[in-house]
Amino acid sequence: MRWKTAEYSGWGRAIRANGQMARPEKRAALTALMAEEPAPAIGMRRSYGDACLNDGGRAVHMIRLDKFLGFDAETGILTAEAGLTLGEITRVMAPRGWLPAVLPGTGFATVGGAIANDVHGKNHHNAGTFAQHVVAMTLLTPDGAEHRVTPETTPDLFRATVGGVGQTGIIASAEMRLKRVKSDLVTVTERRANGFDEFIAMLDSSDTTYSVGWIDATARGADLGRGLLEEAETAGGLVPTPKSSRTVPMNAPRFALSAPVVKLFNAMWYRRVPKSGHTVVKPINDFFFQLDRIHDWNRLYGKNGFHQFQCVVPLSAAAQLRDMLERISASGLASPLAVLKRTGEGRAGMMSFPMEGYTLAVDLRAQPECEALIKRLEDMTADAGGRIYFAKDALCGADRIQQMYPDLDAWRAEVAKHDPEGRMITDLVRRLKLREPA
Amino acid sequence: MSETWIILGATSSMARALARALTERGDNLLLAGRDMDELEQMAEDCRLRGAPVAEAVAFDARDPKGFAVLVSRAEAVEGTLNAAVFVGSMPEQAEIDADPSLVDGTIADSFTGPARFLQMLAPLIEARGKGTVVGVGSVAGDRGRLGNYVYGSAKAGFATYLSGLRNRLTRSGGHVITVKPGFVDTAMTWGIEGMFLVAPPEKVAEDILKAVRKKRNVIYTPFFWRWIMLIIRSVPEPIFKKLSI
Repeated sequence: MRWKTAEYSGWGRAIRANGQMARPEKRAALTALMAEEPAPAIGMRRSYGDACLNDGGRAVHMIRLDKFLGFDAETGILTAEAGLTLGEITRVMAPRGWLPAVLPGTGFATVGGAIANDVHGKNHHNAGTFAQHVVAMTLLTPDGAEHRVTPETTPDLFRATVGGVGQTGIIASAEMRLKRVKSDLVTVTERRANGFDEFIAMLDSSDTTYSVGWIDATARGADLGRGLLEEAETAGGLVPTPKSSRTVPMNAPRFALSAPVVKLFNAMWYRRVPKSGHTVVKPINDFFFQLDRIHDWNRLYGKNGFHQFQCVVPLSAAAQLRDMLERISASGLASPLAVLKRTGEGRAGMMSFPMEGYTLAVDLRAQPECEALIKRLEDMTADAGGRIYFAKDALCGADRIQQMYPDLDAWRAEVAKHDPEGRMITDLVRRLKLREPA
Repeated sequence: MSETWIILGATSSMARALARALTERGDNLLLAGRDMDELEQMAEDCRLRGAPVAEAVAFDARDPKGFAVLVSRAEAVEGTLNAAVFVGSMPEQAEIDADPSLVDGTIADSFTGPARFLQMLAPLIEARGKGTVVGVGSVAGDRGRLGNYVYGSAKAGFATYLSGLRNRLTRSGGHVITVKPGFVDTAMTWGIEGMFLVAPPEKVAEDILKAVRKKRNVIYTPFFWRWIMLIIRSVPEPIFKKLSI
């Protein structure tokens, strides 16, 4: 396999890696590579920080292994190569009445990435995580062996692989259960939440299939925690209006997302929805992948990039979450992109992120002050009994991880069995010392 | 009436991009190549994406005895029969310099193998009175260069063959398109130094389909390679022989 030396980064672009990349185009090439010179897999690099980076080392770019391998319309089980994107599955399968059971906020994520980060979506409270709908995987371990991994036959390896940020080997393909939908349209109801407590109450009483909140992370005082709750169901019978995509052509200047601009934008965005709320019909892609219509939107943060902080805290820790939000809004670093959602218990792997509670995600322009803020938020998260999300993280320290992820030791032991030489280690794993014995 | 495409070298990334674009048109596909596992998977991929028929067929450019299977499968096709040829191989020139026997395989993959197959297919197209052959050459065939002149000469031979085949098939209603891609983002160019203006395979597929619709004869893809190669061809030989581009 020929290796290409390149600089690359995750979606946040704030940290970069320099290393060698292979890009197999056939399954046989991937198998040979894993037998001879194993390296960790990367996909569309939609994780924000360093989960998809291996600075100074090697990585296997999976995006050309992107075939549909089979679909059983009786059971709804789709078999796909790991490099296939969830957006492509949606594009091909939704018109036939099928949809991935869980969709994250971007359709550019690959099947392999969605499993390795055990991603969740706007229906987490009732559907759980992506990997809870995975019935089997073909895993290539760094010794060159091929394994069929299922929750029933190989429960430990399954639970170490899903959410396991690529450490057990490379997922070549997966079988996943799709869900039936009436059409490729969604009815969306948006309502205002005047402040944090009202927002939490609205989330607690929401019972729609999909629900997610946009939160104004710049609002302070009485407005703290205000936002918009979006509740949705898939619907049928109306004609969709596809919209064309656009591309951000270059890095935006610093002032584009400066504090006063963001504050003004957020206030306008909040008032976009009338006080009484409103209901609209959207094509499926516009609802699930709102930002995908603007290609390379990460350039809006300028050449320095950005960080995303995402945590989840238990239901009982809403007050601590409010404190965290206060800190974020006081920092003046927040961008318009901030999400508050109620999560359920669902998680499929030892290192999966979700827990029953509330998850908060906020984009922060990459600035020197970011590091201290995120470290503080990380501590507050751990104190509240919550955890941070590896797919988003770039700055956290190693010391609170054990507390956040109680299955870390079991995971570490299972990973060591399959990758004893540490060939699959990435920058994230090194930084958070995930593979080092406690 | 649906059209059927025979795609030689179907597992290459340019061929795969074309196959996927053809499934969107609802065309039938006969996917030919050596890696049968990969071809079977690709056929299933094309069917799930909407191709009414997609079949894997064995084809090895270096084994002409095996061509008859594919030709007889093509004979059974009803309606318009088209072919797109993507086969070819490019060992590094240094490897060929070290082992001159590699010349034979390079020329068989890129020229004589596909030419012999098209020679067998031509009567079927003539009998139907319609059908398009897309032959993928390379800008490397426009002038022999230090870095890849064996590969280049095979592609030059193939381009001349296609020109003659066009001359022949046009008399019976068939058509031949010569496609000359510049640098394309494939396994062949991945990680090679000195690549510039590298086009995604999907762009090549899009250009090919446009050429099919418009019945073009010779296309460069992306288009600007026509001008780059015009300049390269016009450098006088006394100067060109001293260049290493």
